[in-house]
Amino acid sequence: MWLSLSGVVSGQEPAPDGKQLYTIHCLTCHGADGDSIPGVNMRRGQFKRASSDDDLSRVILIGVAGTAMPPSNLSPSSRVAIVAYIRSLHDTTASAGDSASINRGRALFEGKGGCAECHRIAGKGSRKGPDLSDIGSVRDATMLRHAIETPGEASPQYRYVRAVTRDGRTVVGMRLNEDTHSVQLMDQNERLLSLAKSDLREYNLVPTSSMPSYKNKLTAEETSDLVIYLLSLKGAQ
Amino acid sequence: MKLRSLVCLCLMAASVAAQVTAERLLHADREPQNWLSYSGTYSGQRYSLLDQIAPQNARNLELKWVFQARSLEKFEATPLVVDGVMYFTEAPNHVYALDAVTGREFWDYDYRPSRDARPCCGSVNRGLAILGDTLFLGALDAHLVAIDAKNGRPLWNVEVGDPKLGYTITHAPLVVKDKVLVGVAGGEYGIRGFIAAYDAGTGKEVWKFYTIPGPGERGHESWTGDSWEHGGAPAWLTGSYDPALNLVYWGTGNPGPDYNGDKREGDNLYSDSAVALDADTGKLKWHFQFTPHDEYDYDAVQIPVLVDANWKGNPRKLLLWANRNGYFYVLDRATGKFLAGSPFAKLNWSTGLDEAGRPMRAPDMKPTAQGVLIYPNLFGATNWYSPSYSPRTGLFYIPTWQDSSMNVAKMGGDYVPGQRYMGGAGRGGAPLRRASLNTPTETSSYGAVLAIDPNTGKIKWNFKMTALTESGVLTTAGDVLFTGGREGYFYALDARSGALLWKTNLGGQVEAGPMTYRVGGKQYVSIAAGQALFTFALRD
Repeated sequence: MWLSLSGVVSGQEPAPDGKQLYTIHCLTCHGADGDSIPGVNMRRGQFKRASSDDDLSRVILIGVAGTAMPPSNLSPSSRVAIVAYIRSLHDTTASAGDSASINRGRALFEGKGGCAECHRIAGKGSRKGPDLSDIGSVRDATMLRHAIETPGEASPQYRYVRAVTRDGRTVVGMRLNEDTHSVQLMDQNERLLSLAKSDLREYNLVPTSSMPSYKNKLTAEETSDLVIYLLSLKGAQ
Repeated sequence: MKLRSLVCLCLMAASVAAQVTAERLLHADREPQNWLSYSGTYSGQRYSLLDQIAPQNARNLELKWVFQARSLEKFEATPLVVDGVMYFTEAPNHVYALDAVTGREFWDYDYRPSRDARPCCGSVNRGLAILGDTLFLGALDAHLVAIDAKNGRPLWNVEVGDPKLGYTITHAPLVVKDKVLVGVAGGEYGIRGFIAAYDAGTGKEVWKFYTIPGPGERGHESWTGDSWEHGGAPAWLTGSYDPALNLVYWGTGNPGPDYNGDKREGDNLYSDSAVALDADTGKLKWHFQFTPHDEYDYDAVQIPVLVDANWKGNPRKLLLWANRNGYFYVLDRATGKFLAGSPFAKLNWSTGLDEAGRPMRAPDMKPTAQGVLIYPNLFGATNWYSPSYSPRTGLFYIPTWQDSSMNVAKMGGDYVPGQRYMGGAGRGGAPLRRASLNTPTETSSYGAVLAIDPNTGKIKWNFKMTALTESGVLTTAGDVLFTGGREGYFYALDARSGALLWKTNLGGQVEAGPMTYRVGGKQYVSIAAGQALFTFALRD
């Protein structure tokens, strides 16, 4: 699978500020670190009645009957922003309880999910798609979840090109760099190649990500495990 | 399913074939289209079998592309080229992969060394090593970093030495078998020098050779008191390797404090030495100390040049070494035995070499508070800039400073962690960098490339420059010698006669070694000058 890392907020109005909304609506009871209510620990990704983002959004909307958690009239985009902020509180390194999730996520990545067929982590896996060795340092949970469930356009730095040379050779690869006269890419054999455009008969950019959606391929728990695993990846440096 | 596994196998085969195996490194001379290590091959000869550029056509060299660095630091790196992809570093530790034909970038990785790093003489880096699909960077903060050569991603990062105590790395590591070998700089900060080997796959330390023996070890008696603890003897340039003897050769730097030897009486082993280490264990096989009890900063930090040639009528494994102290040496590299030595520049600190190759000291040449005038100056008759040996001409080519002098004075010399530990200073002499106008004077030193016949020590020819040179030398099977200098010229000389074949003005001083490679049937030559890397080839 190939994570699409862009398009999360493109073409939309400025997103509501999740932190600000959290401070207004949630902080009094849940605390700044999201750990003031027994049984709920946002830093550890621990909730009583929710696991997916949709669950959290629903709880924020309707509240929890018989508890101090009230319903709200927040708009869907505000709820998405709060959920994103809650997810960003999740500190995987501080959470011993997450090691099981991380292990399950790693197993999914390397096994059933087939992620390593395109992605690489710490020197293992394919380089066809983006290297994810430090993805936990550059993406939050919401972005990762979105990329897994709704991959769309490939980010410009990970776009594929298909070129046909004048002598009829077809070259497909990830575009690494391009100028007026040449294009640099990594081909399907993971070779670094530079092509002169004057040597090409055809040259096409493939805008869409070849990453399939995993929305219906993984359960909500599996997606969570995968996200927690990816969040734990902080790179070599 | 079957088809799919077949496809996978093919992909694997293709990617394995492209890898730089330990076997390929052993026989780097069989693929002269590539430049697989700092000196090109394990021999340290900086000699290439490419011969497309020759004396009769060198005038047709033209610029093919330029890479402009963003850093204003000195550009001292020699690039690697592997199957059409060029890898190098821009100061301090910014790694690039370029298309070697166009100079266009595939990826870059900007390793930011810790601010604790305190290099003595510039935040520089001289290049990378490669094994498999992994590049190795010795970083300014004395870390060793492994980087994916396909996409520039860091794979592992280990601390080699503590940057707060002055440990730093500026040279290209050396890969031998499955290990990455690297030494440390810091001879001006009272470090205890060492060369260490790390597992290429994991970064785990495999062996470590201290260039200053500890208590109970042979050679420890060459230091008084606790002076050995901060005695320097750094190893800040890439070593060479003889696979048949399985020995790694490395040059070590000055003892510390540099100019005040009062508290470190004795020879101060193994400072200013060539050391031969077992490549698998790091165990010392032999050593040869060029400058015992040095008080002039005469590091033996030069590229060890391994040559198999006839010596007095018999084939012999030689080690050629033009030293910062002004002497040119020929050693037997199996045993470390001194075979011959002679001065290649004006020197006044020594009256000659004895039968064992030990320098006889000139009287009254110890640094004093008032200072003493030394030849060559503390930058040496040569320095880290790569020499070259051509098996075709049988000549050894040395970039030199001729007639250099300096007043060296002794002052203080107490150790404070992380601070300069020099015990004095040099005054006068040549400036560290080229000034804008008219720097050289009739009485100042000058740069030259010397071609020496190792059998006789005689200078066959001498290419003089008005200003100094910090450029390395490259020779090729086309009998062309490439070099540069502070004036910013890049030269092609006839390796047999020293005649000027071609020159171009690059507008910035050359402080790197030239290298050559071939892609698509065309031979290229690359050299860094000023803040840019220039690549030349013959006109189409």
